[in-house]
Amino acid sequence: MMMAVGLSHYLTVAAILFTLGVFGIFLNRKNVIIILMSVELMLLAVNINLVAFSAFLGDLVGQVFTMFVLTVAAAEAAIGLAIVVVFFRNRGSIEVEDINQMKG
Amino acid sequence: MIIATFAFYLFAVVAVISGLLVITAKNPVHSVLWLILAFFNAAGLFVLLGAEFLAMLLVVVYVGAVAVLFLFVVMMLDLNTLNFREGYQQYMPLGLAIGLVLLVELATVGAGWALLPEVEGQLAAPIAAAEAAGLSNTEALGHILYTDYVYFFQAAGIILLVAMVGAIMLTHRSREGVRKQKIGRQLARDPAASVEVKKVETGRGI
Repeated sequence: MMMAVGLSHYLTVAAILFTLGVFGIFLNRKNVIIILMSVELMLLAVNINLVAFSAFLGDLVGQVFTMFVLTVAAAEAAIGLAIVVVFFRNRGSIEVEDINQMKG
Repeated sequence: MIIATFAFYLFAVVAVISGLLVITAKNPVHSVLWLILAFFNAAGLFVLLGAEFLAMLLVVVYVGAVAVLFLFVVMMLDLNTLNFREGYQQYMPLGLAIGLVLLVELATVGAGWALLPEVEGQLAAPIAAAEAAGLSNTEALGHILYTDYVYFFQAAGIILLVAMVGAIMLTHRSREGVRKQKIGRQLARDPAASVEVKKVETGRGI
């Protein structure tokens, strides 16, 4: 006996994925690349939310917005990884603790 | 219906497990591969929701471009000498606490929300109307994306262009000792400066 899949099921999956993304930021203080991946996971959770609401409300605009979120996520990943590469070239490390040169 | 339910639980469970492995894997390359699996399963969820175009976009853009970009960077940087796991217990309690609080808050919101009854009549782009007109998901998206949302679409293109220029600008470095074409110097040359006439005597070299 299985329940029919409703909106709340999708929202639950998205909530779990979002929480995993937040948790990943705290867990991986030594590796900025995995922090970027955690941010991607959070954006994926947001996209699942938007598409689920779009489907169950019957409005296509949520899917349009998801496309724009995807665009911004791709841009963010490209810029973030470029910054990581430059930082690694200068410091030889990608730890969060080492990013303190702007500290007074 | 049973198959759809089964597919939902399959995609959801695999997505959550691979999401967990993204943040706990020891090797960053494994993290990227789990991230790709999570994206694939999210694309499966999108297909179940009837958003086929976004599912394909997720596979093409995320798996094909973003995840491969991550993979390139992870492999380009020499990370083998670094120890990522050292001292992560320090942040574990704080992360667990904040994650738990966030999950409880999301569950509270998820259990308590309700739609206003008048929302039904105020849909900006009803899916039912598009389906009645015989449009597929991709066609329906295209119809509103290039008309009602064309300025947002152009803005998205500009964001991508700026990101591309920024990424190239950040990672570009001019190296010493590389022979490059100097167009200015080429154009500034004239015969007087570049051609020399020598009188060579017969039977001798220069």
